[in-house]
Formats: sequence, structure tokens, C-alpha cells
Amino acid sequence: MTRTMPRDVAAYLAEFEDIPGTRVFTANRARQGYHLNQFAMSLMKAPNRERFLADEDAYLAEWPMTEEARAAVRARDYNAMIDCGGNIYFLAKLFSTDKQSFQDAAGSMTGMTRDEYAAMMIAGGRSVEGVRSKKDALAAVAAVAEPLSAPTTDTESN
Amino acid sequence: MARITHGLTTSHIPAIGAMIDQGRTTDAYWQPIFAGFDWTKNYLDEHMPDVVILVYNDHASAFDMKVIPTFAIGCADEFQPADEGWGPRPVPVVKGHADLAWHIAQSCILDEFDMTIINEMDVDHGLTVPLNVILGNKDNSTPAAWPTRVIPIAVNVVTYPPPSGNRCYALGEAIARAVESYPEDLNVHIWGTGGMSHQLQGPRAGLINKEWDQRFLDDLTRDPQRLRHLEHIEYLRETGSEGIEMVMWLIMRGALGESVTELHRHYHVPCSNTALGHIVLRKEEPELVAAE
Repeated sequence: MTRTMPRDVAAYLAEFEDIPGTRVFTANRARQGYHLNQFAMSLMKAPNRERFLADEDAYLAEWPMTEEARAAVRARDYNAMIDCGGNIYFLAKLFSTDKQSFQDAAGSMTGMTRDEYAAMMIAGGRSVEGVRSKKDALAAVAAVAEPLSAPTTDTESN
Repeated sequence: MARITHGLTTSHIPAIGAMIDQGRTTDAYWQPIFAGFDWTKNYLDEHMPDVVILVYNDHASAFDMKVIPTFAIGCADEFQPADEGWGPRPVPVVKGHADLAWHIAQSCILDEFDMTIINEMDVDHGLTVPLNVILGNKDNSTPAAWPTRVIPIAVNVVTYPPPSGNRCYALGEAIARAVESYPEDLNVHIWGTGGMSHQLQGPRAGLINKEWDQRFLDDLTRDPQRLRHLEHIEYLRETGSEGIEMVMWLIMRGALGESVTELHRHYHVPCSNTALGHIVLRKEEPELVAAE
């Protein structure tokens, strides 16, 4: 059979950590965020949405989530929710409950304003140049920095 | 004998469904997005399939974290539109083809693809938006009933690892063998959905890679063997974390066999967070090609 993928789980997962600004929904994140994601799923039912919006704290208390995850939900901080193991397709139920669009929710994670993000998309989206790999980005910075620091300083290349 | 005649792909951006539901498809932003499907709608006037095998991913709607099937086939007589947090979309119930679906499930399992059989399932925008853009009315409104039967095949591309591109391609080949062994004379399409480049999460959200996407579209006809061997890491790096959905297109491509003709292509940036890609491929019968 043709080998088209790494068969070693650790090697497969390690590659994902090299992508900047991206958290892949791996087994560890799926396990960590189980109840956060199941909470989000519960918002697919209209009575649950009403109950949640009427008293968020009481609703969140029903789910065995960490305080950190509850705080992230209350703050609608989607990066923080993803750090707690949330997955964007599950969290979509939360921003849909808030009547927020996918574009605005995604844009909220970039540090850009709503209008800046919308303008970037109209202009063709975020370029992949420079954001493929953390290692490549560091190497590029080191390559630029090297002539400035040479020859007297030792430059750590990593 | 049933036969697969065409393969289509389309993105399934949820905002497209929202614009249809709100009657805003002629807004300046949305008009070119919908116009790119006009060719296909006209073509289907003469080539409407009896059944569409629709490969898509469930977005945490029918499947939550409790059960995560890698490949699941909808064997029910019908599928209701899901409530994804803003109420179910006002679209018709999706009529299945239980007999062919069960046949494909059995054939694939005997062919060593261990499909999960689904008898009850709501379908989300991942399935209903493709139905709208391809089978919607020519004014882009939603028809009173879908004009063809649909067999949903749900692929896990959310929780890692999703299936490899190679596995998807081989599943497409197994589906084609299954369809060809079904006795009723049916014109079957297979659709791959999702993609193209997009990232919906984190500081890198909004990523688009037109060059990569265009080469992927080119190679659906020119070099599908290259595509089946792409690794997950390349999709993630080059096309954003949600670009991984394109492995589903390879199920479609695998089902069409060696030779295809590209009939139509529509590529547009941006559609919400996403690069929209739509292509129509016609399967070419090897014996006919050889006879010419």
C-alpha cells in the first residue's frame, strides 16, 4: 500500500505545532474541550438558547467546564475558547446564538477590527507568504538580523 | 445499470445559505458568486441526475463529540435540515435513495471500506448550501422540492486525524464499483463539497491561497495522482486550517476514473472568509475514448 502520510502519531502531530496562528483540533484538544464543545452543541435547541441568554452563569454552571472556559465564553473570546479545547464548528453555535456572522467571529480572533478584516478579505484575503511556518519565519528574521550583529556577537540560530 | 456520469465540486459557505434565505443574492458582493453557478444550472436542464451522492462534512450538527465516524453514509428515506443555532434553514426536506445507499454501504464494506450506516440524521449547511447553488431556481431562490434524490456521505474533517487524501480517493473508486453493480438504470452524480482555501480560527484567520487553489483545480483533470498524495500538513500550511475539507473532493475524483473533461469552473475570492471553488467534470468512458 502507498504511504501517503506519516504513520507515527507523534511525528504527525508535531508538524502542526509549526503553523503560526493556528491550533489544530487534535485528540488532546478534543479531550480538553469536550464539555465546552458539548455546551456549544446544546445551543442548537431554541429553548436552550433562550435559557442561556436569560442567565449565562446559571446555564454554564450546568456544564462541567473549567472556570477558564466559562470566563472565555462569557467574554466571547474565541481565541481563549480555542485555547480551552474549543472547536470553531462547535463554537459556531454560540456566535449564531448571538446573531454574529462567521466572518465577524473569525475576524475577532485576528486582532483586526471588523472593518479591517472585511477589507482584507475584499482585497483577496491574508497572504500565505510568511505565515506558512514558525521555523521558516524565525530563519528569515535570523537571516536579516545576522549581518547587523556580525561579526562580534554570537547569533543564536533556532 | 446505474452509472456515475459527472463529478461536481462546490464550497458550502454558510453565508451563501443566509443570503438565499434573506433574498440578497443580487447584492453587489454576492451577485458574481451566484452568477458562476448559472452555467451549471443551465447544463442540468439537460443532464439532471436521478441521484446525487453528496460528499460533505457535518459541522458539529448531526454528530457531536460523542460519536465521530470517519466515513458515514445516510441510508434514510429523508433528511431534515438541521438547526445550527439560528433555526433550521427554510429548505425542503432532502429525499434519500435508501435502496442505493444500502447497496453502496454493503458493497463498500465487502470492499474493505467499513462505512458507518446512518438511519436518522439532520443535514446542515454543508449539504444544503451545495444543493441550493446547484439545484436552486435560476433566480437563486429555493425550490419547493429538490429535483433529485440525495445520498449523503459525511466525512470527518473536524477532529484529527481526518482520512488521508489517498484513502478518500480509494473510497471514491469503491463507491464507483458499488454504483456500477446496482441493477437499476440510474444517472448518478457525485459531488465533493467544502474548501477551498480558508482558515476560520486564530490569528491566521482569513488566509487565502489562490495559486494553490488554482493548481488543485487544474490537477483534478491533469494530475489527480498528485492530489491524492498530498499530506494533511500541506493543506493546513498552504490553504488554512479549514482547507483540509478538500480531501473530500478526492472522493468525488476517485469515483470518476482515469479520464475526465472539465466542463466549467468558477473561482471567486472572497466569499465571507473563503475562496469559493466550483468545477464540473464529465466522466469519459475509456472504451469510447479508445474507439475515437
